[in-house]
Amino acid sequence: MSETTTNNQAVDESTDPDLQAEFDARLAADQKVEPRDWMPEKYRKTMIRQIAQHAHSEIIGQQPEGNWITRAPTLKRKAILMAKVQDEAGHGLYLYSAAETLGVSRDELMDMLHTGRQKYSSIFNYPTLSWADMGAVGWLVDGAAITNQVMLTRTSYGPYARAMIRICKEESFHQRQGYEIMLTLCNGTEAQKAMAQDALDRWWWPSLAMFGPPDAESTHTAQSVAWKIKRETNDELRQKFVDMTVPQAEILGLTIPDPDLEWDAEAGHYRFGEIDWDDFWQVVKGNGPCNRERIAHKTKAWDDGAWVRQAAVQHTRRASQASPSENLVLSPSDAGAA
Amino acid sequence: MTPLLTYVLRLADDNLIVAQRLGELIASMPDLEEDIAVANIGLDHLGQARNFYHYASELDPDGRDEDQFAMERSEREFLNATLVEQPNGDFAQTQVRQFLLDAYQVPLYGAMTASADERLAAIAAKAVKEARYHLERSSAWVVRLGDGTPESFERVSRAVDYLWPYAGDLFHADDVEVELAESGVAVDPATIRPTFNATVAAIFATANLTVPDEAYVRSGGRTGFHTEHLGHLLPEMQSLYRAHPGATW
Ligand SMILES: [Fe+2]
Ligand SMILES: [Fe+2]
Repeated sequence: MSETTTNNQAVDESTDPDLQAEFDARLAADQKVEPRDWMPEKYRKTMIRQIAQHAHSEIIGQQPEGNWITRAPTLKRKAILMAKVQDEAGHGLYLYSAAETLGVSRDELMDMLHTGRQKYSSIFNYPTLSWADMGAVGWLVDGAAITNQVMLTRTSYGPYARAMIRICKEESFHQRQGYEIMLTLCNGTEAQKAMAQDALDRWWWPSLAMFGPPDAESTHTAQSVAWKIKRETNDELRQKFVDMTVPQAEILGLTIPDPDLEWDAEAGHYRFGEIDWDDFWQVVKGNGPCNRERIAHKTKAWDDGAWVRQAAVQHTRRASQASPSENLVLSPSDAGAA
Repeated sequence: MTPLLTYVLRLADDNLIVAQRLGELIASMPDLEEDIAVANIGLDHLGQARNFYHYASELDPDGRDEDQFAMERSEREFLNATLVEQPNGDFAQTQVRQFLLDAYQVPLYGAMTASADERLAAIAAKAVKEARYHLERSSAWVVRLGDGTPESFERVSRAVDYLWPYAGDLFHADDVEVELAESGVAVDPATIRPTFNATVAAIFATANLTVPDEAYVRSGGRTGFHTEHLGHLLPEMQSLYRAHPGATW
């Protein structure tokens, strides 16, 4: 893999005014930026950071849901959950490929995840404590993700936008499946209803925080909007999500854990209470309930797999020396990492 | 239980238990492609299990459904071969277990497509395609590990030695298979053993591995005499279902 990551971007810090003008014109005309196009170094770095963070989130996101695969209450639910977790890994794969078009290798990205230099969505630092969390995560977390990601299907960087089109289709499917789990629980026994309410209580606020800090405090939003990486601000997206989700909770007969929540008829929006940003930043800084476990799990899987990746590389080398056509290797993605 | 119901449950249980084992591995594989593959293969086995359980449900005088079969039976009532309940171990053990199962299921389902029982033939026709893909994958890994580094060779050899006696349980036939095979319904495991042996011999040769000459077979799975591992797998799988009797999920 490292051989394939030639730096196809001419890294040009001395901004050439003509190139810059061309880039600006492309954005203004709503055309996509493609890997071969010149782009400002800061745009490239921002894109890498964002796509990588998104890819890492998909990968780490396998853990909280993977936690219930072995205990799913029916075979049908087990199959749906396995398929969902598999989809998330697939999303990670498309996104790493998109990031690679910006001249960074998957090994480098993995390393940045393992060493904490790149982040993943903080939402996955909360534990999944009951089966209802499989419902709440699908409904709220995938729901919040779609709200964010629909906008990204029109993001200015072409490979990212195209990856997002595929991903969004699957995410909305996940959201419906999650809601369906909640609906079944809410139509079930008292214990099941209580389980659903408890899950909503635990996932509601972290889901709202998924949209990121308020616009006034967000360091990245303004530039990202200007570059057409983001097309709506954190607060706009959060409002959209609340407006969409509150009526769904009503159908379920569940109570949103926010005493300040009320319908503002004039504005046509739900008004909601203050998010505990201190808590949010604690989790971002690594002090959430599961931060350490998530990274420890991921790193352990990676380290335990080192000998496997080494074997694959060694075998490929030998097989291609013997006869290039007899190469049995399917996809040792991270050849050389080990 | 009629012999046919017993037979169908044996087929279903092999697939459910291996799917459960593969489900344990999700998000723990050596790389992203393997995470995807393990979920994919696990899902195939789970799908095959469900198809067999649906048929079993029709045959069952009590009309138990797939979840009752999976969640309400005890260790002594599960009829899978002891191979599939063996722990995942390291990556070599997981792949060798998979390879031995695949090398058995490909000829099994292949022969079953000609079963006098149309339901079994139909389930097998779909399953055989999946099994062929699984075998391709697991064979490639056995070869890669055998022909990889000294460490991978060592690990894959150990896995073969460990799992070999359990693989024999796949072929352990009793009157159920033998009688149903006489009427053209079941596949007599003895008839597919040569294909299994040939697959193992060919892949092991490429992988520089020796086929064990160990004759001991840890049989018993088909009649509910399992290794101790199943007694840990089932309580986890059944815990939520059993905690809420009669609930709908
Ligand atoms: Fe996803
Ligand atoms: Fe999703």
